[in-house]
Amino acid sequence: MWDYLKLVVLGLIALAAAIASNYAWDLAYQVNAIIVMLAAGITFLVVLRGMDEVKTVNQNEYMDGVVRAGVIATAFWGVVGFLVGVVIASQLAWPWLNFEALQGIGNFGRLRPLHTSAVIFAFGGNALIMSSFYIVQRTSAVRLWGGNLGWFVFWGWQLVIVLAATGYILGGTQSKEYAEPVWYVDILITVVWVAFLAVFAGTLMKRKEPHIYVANWFLLAMIITIAMLHLVNNMAIPVSVFSSQSVQVTAGVQDAMIQWWYGHNAVGFFLTAGFLGMMYYFVPKQAERPVYSYKLSIIHFWALIFLYIWAGPHHLHYTALPDWASTLGMVFSIILWMPSWGGMINGLMTLSGAWDKLRTDPVIRMMVVSIGFYGMSTFEGPMMSIKAVNSLSHYTDWTIGHVHSGALGWNGMITFGALYFLVPRLWNRERLYSLTLVSWHFWLATIGIVLYASAMWVSGIMEGLMWREVDANGYLVNAFADTVAAKYPMYVVRMLGGLLFLAGSVIMCYNLWMTVRALPSRVTTHAAVPAE
Amino acid sequence: METYSFLRQFADSWALLSLFLIFLGVVVWAFRPGSRGVHDEVANSIFRNDRKPAPADEPKSNVKEA
Repeated sequence: MWDYLKLVVLGLIALAAAIASNYAWDLAYQVNAIIVMLAAGITFLVVLRGMDEVKTVNQNEYMDGVVRAGVIATAFWGVVGFLVGVVIASQLAWPWLNFEALQGIGNFGRLRPLHTSAVIFAFGGNALIMSSFYIVQRTSAVRLWGGNLGWFVFWGWQLVIVLAATGYILGGTQSKEYAEPVWYVDILITVVWVAFLAVFAGTLMKRKEPHIYVANWFLLAMIITIAMLHLVNNMAIPVSVFSSQSVQVTAGVQDAMIQWWYGHNAVGFFLTAGFLGMMYYFVPKQAERPVYSYKLSIIHFWALIFLYIWAGPHHLHYTALPDWASTLGMVFSIILWMPSWGGMINGLMTLSGAWDKLRTDPVIRMMVVSIGFYGMSTFEGPMMSIKAVNSLSHYTDWTIGHVHSGALGWNGMITFGALYFLVPRLWNRERLYSLTLVSWHFWLATIGIVLYASAMWVSGIMEGLMWREVDANGYLVNAFADTVAAKYPMYVVRMLGGLLFLAGSVIMCYNLWMTVRALPSRVTTHAAVPAE
Repeated sequence: METYSFLRQFADSWALLSLFLIFLGVVVWAFRPGSRGVHDEVANSIFRNDRKPAPADEPKSNVKEA
């Protein structure tokens, strides 16, 4: 019965998408409609072929299939996102790479949102979804709630990624940074995200552990806050149901403030709270010791939640934003130092008494470096939010360097650590294929980030100083093009750093692939226990 | 008083104060006497039920090492 209903709904979606693609006003909309039609058609076939199967669900097993799929998707989108990053870094260093034939499809302006969304929402999003599903099951000691709803979240998210990516390349964007997806993709995101919340909260509600482990608090805060941010920032009225374009409900400084309230909390809750949830689970597990201080983790959580949401205005210093709002953003950014460093100390000190693991276990080394980068970028961020510093750093490459030390160092490295942790467990292998390759990955990634961040510091500060340099008569000394020319060597170094990071991630994929393919399954211990 | 000024003043007075007090309450609650045992228990909860969910019939607070 339920399957028949699914077939009807999927058939209607495919039909509606076919009609929509016919009446499309623009190419991005048309291509997206065809993709939706194909996705609905394929799902229709899958449901149809599974109609006669008797579906049994063993509640005494964790639902790990969807986590395995998430691991593969995370690794795949990671490599794609880093690759596009290297391409656009090269385009900045050598502008002729914006080939004439690819104008309007493959030039920097079109590829840049593809890069940011691929790494944040495809790589980071899949990492968050799959680790949420893994962590919430283990810490609740029950199977994932909602049956196939978990699979809906996974495939729905992949569809969001494909729609957004194809849309960007063809010009479908609402031009809001990190919120580029157009209105109908935003609706799909909302549906998938609510399903994600339902699966996560449903699992928590039927848990068999008396307490909710702190990692789940961070993950739940991430899910709820992102839902709120997404809804408010994407208030828009479509030009037509057959167009990808829409008009924002708010305008001017209100729109700017909502955008950066969203933008900064996407960093704060997606890339920080969510990944802290991963840290609070995977670091203690890999170190085989409980978190250093559970009390500190509680205070870390609440301080972060109470403070982060106010920090957004620091993106709008010296704009039309009222001065008090900009000062408020700065003050809260600076207070954020405390919970951030409290969390960093908590993560690092989890290794106290087990520091020798740093020598023997490259996975824990990766996690520790990621916590180190968390500390570094949460020091740098508040510093850059101070108005005087911001007047130098804003609009320069320093900002890009800051974002990447956080994203590559903190989010990237903790995700790599989680992938190395998860793959042997999920595919029932005794160990990883090669720890030497993990070490290679570790060093390539670390050197890559250091090259990237230091190149951007030099470039950004140089650029900021050149922009404000005036001669004795008060005239600006440098033209904008002078700063562009001066940045060339740093752009080459940045590209090389990105290339090393990408190379490391390819090595990781090979290592994880070989872990699954080349190593034998772990012998289950209780299979051979003799009867006594 | 117009809405903007009212909300702005409310935000940096009563709202700020009450949020701050709630936060202090959380900190005090975290350090309440007797919380150490609970916290140690929770912190160690990640080391059980690694491979399989807890059996259905077992009481909640009494989950044994798998």
